[in-house]
Amino acid sequence: MDLKQSTIDKIDQLVPRYPDKRSAALPLCHLVQEDLGYLSNQSIEWIAERLDLEPINISEIVTFYPMLKTEAPGKYQVRVCRTLSCALAGAYKTCKQFEEAFDCKVGTTSDDGLVSLEYVECHADCGRAPVVMIGEKEYTGVKTEEANELIEKIKSGTVETK
Amino acid sequence: MAIEEKRLILKYADQPGYTNDIDCYIKHGGYEDLKKAFKMKPEDICQEVLDSGVRGRGGAGFPAGMKWKFLDRKSGKPIYLICNADESEPGTFKDRQIIHKDPHQLIEGILCSAYAIQAKLAFIYIRGEFFEGYRILERAIEEARAKNFLGDNILGSDYSCDIIVHRGAGAYICGEETGLIESLEGKRANPRIKPPYFPAALGLYQCPTIVNNVETLCDVKHVINMGGKEFAKIGTAGNTGTRIWCVSGHVQKPGYYEFPCAGITLGQLIYDVCGGLLPGRKLKAVIPGGSSSKILRADERFTGKKKDGTEFDWGIEDIPMDFDSLSLVGSMSGSGGVIIMDDSTDMVEALANINYFYAHESCGQCTPCREGVPWMKKITTRMCSGGAREEDVDLLKSVADQIAGRTICAFGEAASWPVQSFIEKFKDEFEAKAKEQATLRKQGENTKTETSLI
Repeated sequence: MDLKQSTIDKIDQLVPRYPDKRSAALPLCHLVQEDLGYLSNQSIEWIAERLDLEPINISEIVTFYPMLKTEAPGKYQVRVCRTLSCALAGAYKTCKQFEEAFDCKVGTTSDDGLVSLEYVECHADCGRAPVVMIGEKEYTGVKTEEANELIEKIKSGTVETK
Repeated sequence: MAIEEKRLILKYADQPGYTNDIDCYIKHGGYEDLKKAFKMKPEDICQEVLDSGVRGRGGAGFPAGMKWKFLDRKSGKPIYLICNADESEPGTFKDRQIIHKDPHQLIEGILCSAYAIQAKLAFIYIRGEFFEGYRILERAIEEARAKNFLGDNILGSDYSCDIIVHRGAGAYICGEETGLIESLEGKRANPRIKPPYFPAALGLYQCPTIVNNVETLCDVKHVINMGGKEFAKIGTAGNTGTRIWCVSGHVQKPGYYEFPCAGITLGQLIYDVCGGLLPGRKLKAVIPGGSSSKILRADERFTGKKKDGTEFDWGIEDIPMDFDSLSLVGSMSGSGGVIIMDDSTDMVEALANINYFYAHESCGQCTPCREGVPWMKKITTRMCSGGAREEDVDLLKSVADQIAGRTICAFGEAASWPVQSFIEKFKDEFEAKAKEQATLRKQGENTKTETSLI
């Protein structure tokens, strides 16, 4: 496992804070995924061993929680909320723009690896719908024009992701 | 005419110059209520919360003081407090505002509550998608620790308490308190069966645990500030305090607006506060408390008797915005997520959108929900893609009726109520669509249409 020292330090600090170290399973998945991009079998085994668990204990949560990924995502992860309030504000149209711009069907990664496009469920910012997340950064009110701006910024590598 | 908000929880949140750091919070009187709490006996705080009548803001509306009363204090096991910040009920975005704009208010509310129930460790379970909210809370906690508002021997009181911010990872079911507890234990968020697993007795690590919503915990701080009886004067009997209504959908000014319970009607909220509908549009329907609450049709009349015996006869615009009134009209105030739909909305598509959500979010533990909810999604999806069958409307209702009441947690109801209420209130629209498509198909014609909500 090729984890950054900073990740290992965070893990070492975090685990003893919980009364039961199994509670650190989800946070460890997040930390490893943030470091390596996704959770490979090797990562799952490493996390299990770190917490004195069996790999299945980690696998079962990795396959349950939508934010945990078992495959490398594209350079930019674009998450479009499609739940009712965003849909009423045109989220499906917004998503189509991203699909066409990157020739990437929702739920997949573009061939060039630039963009992973996915639908997500309500991100709790419905007053400023449609909501789109790129990486860890949230964009609101993403209608036709705003979507085009984001698309250009992704293409030029200038989009903010944090 | 615009109606002035009466903000309690979000009093400072949007004031110019107000920032989310601890110095700004202290300058505005922050952490004074925690100092006050330490001068009180924990059981007296519990009594104040009970007296305040404050009801849970997460969805179920259960009185917080009562929930605390159920706490098993004799077990000798540690007591835990969990703040439910897994805000994910579609249409709800109030906790986000508190976390982003006034995180110390939440931390103070948590510490006051933890002291009252004598918890030495508290958790904030925050949804994974709140990346920024997580960073804000982490920073706020370190700021509070540096000033000894949390940690060991807080402000020389002999009481110690730490807060851990724990991130979820995109599963709606973690908002259900026993699912949340499972998730916090490092497992899949499959809710637990009650009895025996009432969190107040057998919660986190099988220890007594209280799970409260973000807004509810902030309310506790204000209860300590003004006293339970004074707090209870805001709103009406049984519906005390303020509520933050999150309005989204087809209105001019969507957003979050705080009012005392029953301080405004649904009509005032839509037309006076949110600037009314978009030009040329008419109101068609309102989902008043998050997507699982039952839908209200714009031209309905609601009649019946209130708890005190007086009769009511309301149109949709007359409904007072509070817990009891929304339950009297057959729906609920839920999490405060008010979704407005105008006459451009296709109700079959809207339901298809909601069904897609619940099918995606079912944890898969109970058969009626795991199998039934995707089945409902399948039916409404085909109704939107030209494949509707004439029997679909009855079939949908039949599936929904067989899920509700037959599952471990309330997700079964949450997924069935939209289907049951959409069909009850908009049956014509569903039947017409099914019939039209079936007829066209028989004639060999294309039934595919453009959709916008699914």
